[in-house]
Amino acid sequence: MEPILEINHLTHIYSPNTPFAQRALDDVSLTIYGGEYLGIIGRTGSGKSTLIQHLNGLLRPTQGEILFQGKDIWSSKELTHSIRFQVGLVFQYPEYQLFEETVYQDIAFGPRNMKLPEEEVDRRVRQAASFAGLGDHVLERSPFELSGGQKRRVAIAGVIAMEPKVLVLDEPTAGLDPAGAAAILANIEAYRQANHATIIIVSHSMEDVARLTDRLVVVSQGKLPYVGTPREVFSHGPALEEMGLGVPAMTRVFARMRALGADVDPAVYTVEQAKEAFLTALQKKEGM
Amino acid sequence: MALKDITLGQYFPGTSLVHRFDPRAKILFTVFFIATIFLCKHLVSYGLTLVVLLVFIAISRVKAKVFLKGMKPVIFIVICTALLNLFYTSGTVVWSFGILRITEEGLWKAGFMVLRILMLIACTLLLTYTTSPIALTDGLERLLRPLKKVRFPVHELSMMMSIALRFIPTLIQETDKIISAQKARGADFDTGNLVQKAKALIPILIPLFISSFRRAEELAIAMECRCYHGDEGRTSLRQLTMAGRDWGLLVFSIALCAGIVVLRVFGL
Repeated sequence: MEPILEINHLTHIYSPNTPFAQRALDDVSLTIYGGEYLGIIGRTGSGKSTLIQHLNGLLRPTQGEILFQGKDIWSSKELTHSIRFQVGLVFQYPEYQLFEETVYQDIAFGPRNMKLPEEEVDRRVRQAASFAGLGDHVLERSPFELSGGQKRRVAIAGVIAMEPKVLVLDEPTAGLDPAGAAAILANIEAYRQANHATIIIVSHSMEDVARLTDRLVVVSQGKLPYVGTPREVFSHGPALEEMGLGVPAMTRVFARMRALGADVDPAVYTVEQAKEAFLTALQKKEGM
Repeated sequence: MALKDITLGQYFPGTSLVHRFDPRAKILFTVFFIATIFLCKHLVSYGLTLVVLLVFIAISRVKAKVFLKGMKPVIFIVICTALLNLFYTSGTVVWSFGILRITEEGLWKAGFMVLRILMLIACTLLLTYTTSPIALTDGLERLLRPLKKVRFPVHELSMMMSIALRFIPTLIQETDKIISAQKARGADFDTGNLVQKAKALIPILIPLFISSFRRAEELAIAMECRCYHGDEGRTSLRQLTMAGRDWGLLVFSIALCAGIVVLRVFGL
């Protein structure tokens, strides 16, 4: 896979050279590959929001660089502006940024800022709406009379309409009921498959990130202590819990069984894997 | 991040004598002091009030740098006032160039005007720097209490004030967030002419308005859930009591005011 975003020795300090200076990220490096599904986990205040705001040039690195397809995103003003359309960022509770009179107009805000011709804007709005599971009848309504879950879809469609190569979502399911959360995650998956897009998702739900992502990044105190497949990362279960992060319930069960002396796989994180691990452990026992 | 750095009526906690004065005494002192500044006529009276102000600032232990920072926004007004007074006062000409003339009277007047504006700001800054917003609204509520007799909604007014003060930082944070979110959708706030720049504000202002209304409603419900029903029978956690030093401050400010009136009669 080709690298799409490279973060090289990124350090970010808020309010530098003042008594309030705060080092949010400290010499962080990470390569994100085209088409991968990346999960970012970390506690509140660990620096994960700071990290994702660097990916589309909203924050400027204090030190270090961000490369998009090999080019430094801060090398020219035009590039910094155009990167916002290549790397779409959906903030937490994005429904609070809706402002237009109709859903259609709001979704069209991004594409219009790209100065696309009106037919292209129309095509993108309709396509983004269908990705987000919004029917045609919703497009002419005011975004403010929709339900919370639908507002969230409108906001996500507003970013998808820019057809970004990388879609970054900060807690896209926060505050939604399980059905609504599952629907949003399915919408994101549909966009990923159709556009071969890279997805970066920030989430507190360990079960979700473990199930969906190819790779996980753990952010803690401005550093990235663990980067790897969910299996690799969750094998550090006790260390993650020490950082104040939860691990999937299954991982916790198996870690506890190991602590009690059972010879089982420590990196289990789904029910299916748990079943497999149980069976292998039992077979081993019978073989003895 | 620029929005976060705004210091608006900021409070610097401390334990100095100025901090410990009763907020009512401090508010009255500020009112009398402002009156005093307007009563000053010439060198002696201006000098006296300036010394009093500087002594209070010194006692407060708030750094001079902070006061200078707080005065920055009015620099433009100060310069304009100074120039207008400098060039438009008639009297003995000391310097002239073309239509521009500077008179001796103009020099004095410009100097006094600048001093007057700066002292006005410094004394109000002294009040907000040394009094917490809560103490300030409590004090104001108590001071205005007599107005209740004429059905003036004193309690409601002070409640509104404390809520407004409480939500300023929240709204600033919210604005920062909305700006980032719209920038992520390619919104451009820096280029274009004035009309385009004003239009670019709509995507920020509408979400901000909506979230303010939402917050107001949530706050109202939360207050009612805790049985808030206005002023009737409401007691205060912080009981304000005027100590000897507070009466002392009050007497001092009246005396200062009277003293300046006397100096004014003598034209000093």
